[in-house]
Amino acid sequence: MTLILAEMAYWQETSIRLLVGLAAVLLPAGTLVYLFLFKMMSFMQSRLGPMEAGPYGSMQLLAEVGKFLQKEDLVPRAADRIVFKLAPFVVLISTFLLVLVIPAGPDLWFIDVDTGIFLALAVSSISVIGILMAGWASASKYSLMGALRATGQLIAYELPLVLAVVGVVIQAGTLNVQNIVMAQATGEIFGYGGIGNPFIFTQFVGFAIFLIAVQAELTQPPFDMPVAESELVTGYLTEYSGLRFLMFFIGEFATAGIFSALAATLFLGGWYVPGLDPTDGLFNVIGPAVLFAKMLLVAFLIFWFRFTYPRFREDQLQKLAWKVLIPLSLINIVITGVLKVVF
Amino acid sequence: MNKATDTQQLAYIAGQAADARVNLEIETEGMTLNIGPQHPATHGTLRIIVKLDGEQVIAAEPMMGYMHRGYEKLTEVRTYPQVTALINRIDWLGSFANEVPFIQAAENLMEVEAPPRAQWIRTALFEMSRIANVVLFLGDMGVQLGAVTPVFFAFRDREFILNQIEAVTGGRFHPNFNRIGGLKDDLPKGWIEETRGVLGRIQNFCDEIETLVAGNEIFQARTRGIGIIPADMGLAYGLSGANIRSSGVDWDIRRDGGIGLVHNELDWKVWTHPDGDSYARFWVRLQEVRESCIMIEQILDGIPAGPVMAKVPRIIKVPAGESYVETENPLGVMGYYIVSQGDLTPFRVKIRSASFNNVSITPWLLKGVYVPDVVSILASLYFILGDIDR
Amino acid sequence: MAIKIKIPGMIKGLGITFGTMVRTLTKGSHTVQYPHVKEAPTPRARGVIALHEENCTSCMLCARECPDWCIYIEGHKYKAPPRRPGGKPRKKNALDRFDIDYSLCMYCGICVDVCPFEALFWTPEYEYSELKISNLLHDKNQLGKWMETVPEFEDYEKGSEAKKAQVPE
Repeated sequence: MTLILAEMAYWQETSIRLLVGLAAVLLPAGTLVYLFLFKMMSFMQSRLGPMEAGPYGSMQLLAEVGKFLQKEDLVPRAADRIVFKLAPFVVLISTFLLVLVIPAGPDLWFIDVDTGIFLALAVSSISVIGILMAGWASASKYSLMGALRATGQLIAYELPLVLAVVGVVIQAGTLNVQNIVMAQATGEIFGYGGIGNPFIFTQFVGFAIFLIAVQAELTQPPFDMPVAESELVTGYLTEYSGLRFLMFFIGEFATAGIFSALAATLFLGGWYVPGLDPTDGLFNVIGPAVLFAKMLLVAFLIFWFRFTYPRFREDQLQKLAWKVLIPLSLINIVITGVLKVVF
Repeated sequence: MNKATDTQQLAYIAGQAADARVNLEIETEGMTLNIGPQHPATHGTLRIIVKLDGEQVIAAEPMMGYMHRGYEKLTEVRTYPQVTALINRIDWLGSFANEVPFIQAAENLMEVEAPPRAQWIRTALFEMSRIANVVLFLGDMGVQLGAVTPVFFAFRDREFILNQIEAVTGGRFHPNFNRIGGLKDDLPKGWIEETRGVLGRIQNFCDEIETLVAGNEIFQARTRGIGIIPADMGLAYGLSGANIRSSGVDWDIRRDGGIGLVHNELDWKVWTHPDGDSYARFWVRLQEVRESCIMIEQILDGIPAGPVMAKVPRIIKVPAGESYVETENPLGVMGYYIVSQGDLTPFRVKIRSASFNNVSITPWLLKGVYVPDVVSILASLYFILGDIDR
Repeated sequence: MAIKIKIPGMIKGLGITFGTMVRTLTKGSHTVQYPHVKEAPTPRARGVIALHEENCTSCMLCARECPDWCIYIEGHKYKAPPRRPGGKPRKKNALDRFDIDYSLCMYCGICVDVCPFEALFWTPEYEYSELKISNLLHDKNQLGKWMETVPEFEDYEKGSEAKKAQVPE
């Protein structure tokens, strides 16, 4: 992509980047909603889900979007109007920034920064600000409680998320996401390099902690206290309607997709398929598809947990984060460091 | 007061003291939160005003009456057959069971007795309505705690029970099948065999729910030790049904004082649980569904031959007098006190419904718990709005 | 002796949802796609009330017993010609109006029970929703049309002493 773009004018390059960026955010989000929220959830509950709109209900998503666009954009009278209207954009910004660092092939990326994974984890926290803005500006008690819960939860789970990634970073020896993929593609397991070295084998604890923390970051069951329908009537989303609700919704599922892609990149080898030369130009073509497939695999896990488990209580969640996950990930880092020195 | 209460009250007092200290340092004031009348956790229009300090409940007050439909007054201007159609709507999930105590009270006054076959079929349908009711609770408890899947399982398998009830009575929700002196109609052919198959499904559902919900560590963390009702407190508040049995009180009217139904001729067990917490209430109800399946299984084997209707006049005039009958309904003890003055209509009917008493313990029970636990405790107390407000 | 490993309930729960998904994908779901596939209700299902007009004597019992008074009956008496020549003319009741307002009806079935001349029948039909609430008032022609959908009464289970009723032609 960088090669092609080099010959273009600035405006052409920018518009292509914009379109690809939009596709990279909306396509996974749409796929996740249809495949998992509509279909897999229904199958797990002995029903078929949407079947009428399009073949097997595949156009249902467009119908839903159309429905949300038609709805009135309500703002509560007591709400802080500017902040209230701004909040969904802040949440979406964090989603769009996240997608930047994930490479989809040896030459396919938006930006190639040396501290890519660091950047990703940093921008993922921006959504907290959006959620807090939404909850505070709504002038609703349910929203406020939801937002405060979300803030406490996201801060608590930012730490295990970062610490789980540290193991990977130590093993790969770089913060650059592209180089982490390369390290997995060219790595060897006890001298056998046939399938590369996906870090899920050596960093399984890290992978598990990463998944749990991602689940909490996405505020999905079993960590969905901020939106808990049966307690807080969907928390910080309570007062939103129409387009702005849709933006939160897209943000949630796009972030789910991007975090799954990130997990796939960090632990499952990203765009690399075993058996091929990682510098092969072929990966610029099939890389996105491979990454997409791996993302779906991780997302399947995330959504499987989502549809099976009840939710924790806020204090139990904090206990889990501070007393179990963080010590566990610290131990994981220590062991990884020791083994890195030994081998 | 036993140990459990002490722990709960001490924790509450300690929490209060800690909060008071905080309040001295930073001026905070409590927040009043209206849970309801329109709220997903109240299965209808119950309103609970909770005073919160952060996420902790300082005081909770249930407000009832948003769905008051005036049944006690309406029954005074309806003839006895019409009343049966009306009181179906009190506990709308197990509506057949609503009719039974009323009909029995009226039968007492008229001094007729339903023939044995009618009594056996009545008992079978009574227990089936218990399954239809409690199965939904088992799924709903999961939903209140955030697991979306169990409730779909509950609706899926409850459908089979409703189909069987419909095959006999003609109504899925509101059977209106009891008549003074027996039943409206007899069983259709092939119903007994079909019902056996359905009972197998329900047993299967119970196993699934036990693994999916009760066996889940998160569910246990959310319900064990939460909302403990000590036996004496429960009795003082007039709790009944599974709510009091899960506090260790071995009291079931089906066994201890049942009249008119044939529970005493069956081989079954009253389940109790010593803990009295939300998990115990869930567990006891789960076992009761299984026990009901066992009971229906025996009833299907033993239905005697004979008519289903005793000789009663075509126009029903109940002789003057008073009668009170209570039965162990899905939600707890339900009773009807009928005063008749020899008219076509009752002179006065007092309905003792289980949920009204079960909910009345909430101000005591919700003190000091967190907001998420409010939902889990309310769900585990299991009330139905129609049964509270009537 | 095999070592019994206790599987955590959370893992078993995942197994149940996954198993249900596989079952739905292979054996089909428990739900049906309603407008395309229809489940047949049982013959006793209380769907809609059909009127067999010839049997109705406009005695008003059903209208009186209806708990929410949703049956409207109007009739008049007329003198029918005598059966035998030279006899007295017979008094007969003619049914002018027999309406059931299904927006009020609570499907209790009391009218069907009290009818002494077997003029009212339940049928399991349920597809008669309307866009305008006033269209839910079914007149006697509409109620008569429902007669075609009345199913035969079922046989009774063994041990029953009830007599099977007949649906008039």
